[in-house]
Amino acid sequence: MGMTMTEKILARASGRAQVRPGEIVQVPTDLVFGQDTTMPLAVIAFKHMGAARVFDPDRVAIVCDHFVPNATVLAAEQTKSLREFAGEQDIAHYFEAGRGENFGVEHALLPEEGLIYPGMVVVGADSHTTSYGALGAFASGFGSTDVAAAMALGEVWLRVPETMRFVYEGELGPWVGAKDLVLHTIGQIGVTGALYRTMELVGPVIESLTVDQRLTMCNMGVEAGAKNAIVPVDRETERYLKAVGVRDVSACNSDPDARYHSVTEIDVSGMGPQVACPSSPDNVKPLSEVIGTKLDAAFIGSCTNGRIDDLRRAARVLEGQRVSRDLRIVVIPATQNVYLQALREGLLEIFAEAGAAVSTPTCGPCFGGHMGLLAAGERVIATTNRNFVGRMGHPESEVFLSSPVVAAASAVMGQIAHPDEVVR
Amino acid sequence: MVIQGRVWKLGDNVDTDQLVPGRYLSLTDPQELASHCLEDMIPRFHDLVRPGDIVVAGENFGCGSSREHAPAALKALGISCLLASSYARIFFRNCINLGLPALTSPEATAGIQDGDQVRIDVETGEIENLTRPFQCSAPPLSPFLVEIVNAGGLTAYVRDWLEARTPVSGEEREVHP
Repeated sequence: MGMTMTEKILARASGRAQVRPGEIVQVPTDLVFGQDTTMPLAVIAFKHMGAARVFDPDRVAIVCDHFVPNATVLAAEQTKSLREFAGEQDIAHYFEAGRGENFGVEHALLPEEGLIYPGMVVVGADSHTTSYGALGAFASGFGSTDVAAAMALGEVWLRVPETMRFVYEGELGPWVGAKDLVLHTIGQIGVTGALYRTMELVGPVIESLTVDQRLTMCNMGVEAGAKNAIVPVDRETERYLKAVGVRDVSACNSDPDARYHSVTEIDVSGMGPQVACPSSPDNVKPLSEVIGTKLDAAFIGSCTNGRIDDLRRAARVLEGQRVSRDLRIVVIPATQNVYLQALREGLLEIFAEAGAAVSTPTCGPCFGGHMGLLAAGERVIATTNRNFVGRMGHPESEVFLSSPVVAAASAVMGQIAHPDEVVR
Repeated sequence: MVIQGRVWKLGDNVDTDQLVPGRYLSLTDPQELASHCLEDMIPRFHDLVRPGDIVVAGENFGCGSSREHAPAALKALGISCLLASSYARIFFRNCINLGLPALTSPEATAGIQDGDQVRIDVETGEIENLTRPFQCSAPPLSPFLVEIVNAGGLTAYVRDWLEARTPVSGEEREVHP
């Protein structure tokens, strides 16, 4: 009997001919990583485990991205401890802002660095590790102690998830993209809609998306509770992997007779831009219902929407415009490579001319860390993934989630707006 | 293991940002993290909570960020057990990995109010409300998870496993707190 992509990857990794949902499998890990807020706890646990060496220094990565460039003395101490740990353990994949090579937000950075490939098992100490399913990998978020154990043992235990298949069909409208698709889906199934399960995203619309856009969708799978999200490997995947220097591309796509928990067909024709309203990612409304909502801030960036594709889209809206004087906007390219590409293409100039504060890569405000937080009563439109109470600052502030084009148009208008209001 | 304690009742979708806000994620000391636990939802929670208290929550408890700071803070406050209608998966794993028992029962959530005294048998899943007439049972944790909890968490579990695999001399052995 057939298997889904996720089942195939877990079967192959655990050395079995077949696995079924609900089974517990012990799986070797191809990449284990963490970031500057989760890895310090993992290093403490690793040491308390009495582990001397990581299982394979080339299969461990540390990405300092949340509080970088070090926002506080405490953050500086944390990155220092991680730098030292990487040195002790010969971990070459150590990334930190301003160290002479590519750096930035982990889920944009690791694919660019060629560390993600189809069929691999990725264990990350960050919930948005689900992103890498966009390249046909099994990738899931874990806590620090799980990551410590994976660093020590080179394996992890997993319950094989059931797979929910989402088939996207129809024609995408103007100004509608991956973010709108995933927000719409989360709005439909809710924040527990895919709890403990796999979201497999397929269909002609997914095939038409770039890897950057697929990463946006898989990134937010966890907001529906998913263990992982995954997209079949196709020519676009191969194009991306070739560009980042990955040679080993062995597809592991679902069998035609694979068994699914459910199959949901979504016709995207006629769908407009979507916005997730405070304070849950499933409180999704069509843009038309919230248009005109007054704003104090806008943010374009993050592991969800800080890639070059996102910045190009935002720049189409902001070109030749000035943002509203009633609002402040921060734009953060997700990695140094994205920053440089945006610089070469003139996108950073467009943002700066529009009046945006353009920053070096960091997670910054997305998780309420630094670089543009909110005061009580303030409202932001953000291209990020979570709009929980207090997520980006004061517990009485509010976050609306949208695509880059809607955030850009809203910044120009000072209120939630459709790109058509700005680009005529 | 039988636990008895006073209940703090929380709602649905209590996310890890509420348990420990992002601004405190540079902290690693569990006691410091504990001092900020749920501070935006229940002011002075860390002063009001008593060791042995039980947290009862609704659906999707611990959703959002993978931050282990959240269950670490609850544990440092002395919370003895969690009971919820359902958990976000990373949070559930983190609780078990820290040796904090987490049982699942939508029925129990409905039959227990804030401030109730509750007795929970972690191994059998038997739950008894001592404040009002109510009892039910949650599915017991799988033997593997009970093993991790009983070891005191995954750190101790892996340490024991590594020690059994590669015996080291007393001099080489690291000292664990």
